[in-house]
Amino acid sequence: MSDKMHIKLKVNGEDKEFLAEPRELLIFALREKLDITGPHVGCETSHCGACTVIIDGKSVKSCTMFVGQANGSEITTIEGIGEPDALHVLQESFREHHGLQCGFCTPGMITRATKLLEENPTPTEEEVRFGMAGNICRCTGYQNIVKSILAAASELNAAKEAAQ
Amino acid sequence: MIPAAFDYYRPKTMTEVIAILQEHGDDARVMAGGHSLIPMMKLRMAEVPHLIDLQDIADLADIAIEGQKITLGAMVTQHALIDHTGLSSAAPILREASLQIADPQVRYMGTIGGNVANGDPGNDMPGVMQCLDAQINLVGPDGSRSVAARDYYEAAYMTDREDDEVLTSISFQAPTGGYAYEKQKRKIGDYATAAAAVLISKSDGKVASASIAMTNLSDVPVWSEEAGAALVGTACDAAALEAAVAAMLGDIDPAEDNRGPVAFKRHVAGVILKRAISRAWDRA
Repeated sequence: MSDKMHIKLKVNGEDKEFLAEPRELLIFALREKLDITGPHVGCETSHCGACTVIIDGKSVKSCTMFVGQANGSEITTIEGIGEPDALHVLQESFREHHGLQCGFCTPGMITRATKLLEENPTPTEEEVRFGMAGNICRCTGYQNIVKSILAAASELNAAKEAAQ
Repeated sequence: MIPAAFDYYRPKTMTEVIAILQEHGDDARVMAGGHSLIPMMKLRMAEVPHLIDLQDIADLADIAIEGQKITLGAMVTQHALIDHTGLSSAAPILREASLQIADPQVRYMGTIGGNVANGDPGNDMPGVMQCLDAQINLVGPDGSRSVAARDYYEAAYMTDREDDEVLTSISFQAPTGGYAYEKQKRKIGDYATAAAAVLISKSDGKVASASIAMTNLSDVPVWSEEAGAALVGTACDAAALEAAVAAMLGDIDPAEDNRGPVAFKRHVAGVILKRAISRAWDRA
């Protein structure tokens, strides 16, 4: 058995330190060591994207990263994107446009969509579908997820214009 | 889902990497983006007692465009490759191919070096690199050497790279003329049922030069010299396309799997190659 490593992460703005075996996947460190259970595990082949988080500005499937690889990184999970009484525009929009049913893919969908809109604030429907292609949903058929993201994009852009 | 235990290394120099590889031989592996290796470790199809993470090695993620010569550091991610304006205009086939690889998350992590070094015939970049006639640059205990991408692949997961060598970069001359990477796949993120990389240059309304490579239609990527030669001197008309396809079909050796039986793959390979040639010709 290999020695445990001393891991330091900044998760949702908070410094976290813990010991972990090198083989520990980031998703399990988040869920089991840090009790951040929004990111989910939907597969073991890196397809579903339910474990998606933002690491140093990248959308990453946290099931396909060892905890040591993330050492020293800044991570944002769904828990860091909004608060229950102050939802992020995307969270509000997923609710408004019925972009979720069982909710299992939603944390990964919303963390990915956050990054997508940062990179492309005015996506077309096709760009949303392509930009979300690393996230699988079993319930919605995607249509309302696309609607939610497009609506959130308009709202964010309107807010930006109003602020100028 | 649960990989076997291993020792993790995150060295800062290539000298340290080579030393660890030499010390542990077959028991050590380098990891780039981890998006082929970690899935294999999770399924226990790969056991790596000593895992060397390359992310802290300086300069490995550089993209250099010097005149016509392009050098891509092994740790350049697919995302960076798509995003790089200079590279997209100097070698647009790379962006076109990268956008057909995996999905956004995987492209943030997966690297060009890992894609080329992996040795899985499903990977798209090996064929693209053969099409470009790229050189694969390796560093090992005895120094560095280069191998042509067209000579690099020996069999599935078997390449010319020795166990104590690391692929550090890939270099090639910026292509001129038209290009296309055409890929038939079952869905986003799937490896190709058949894919074709094509570069064509045009002179006086005729094909002046053509390079054609096929993906996932053999246990290695296939650069079909004959298929390219069949186009040269023609006006890229229907007969030339048929001749190129016939030559290509003589060079591939697909295997039956969930993507279809051999006859289907050969059929799809022909369709895909014709589309790729037509698109490259239109752009030439």
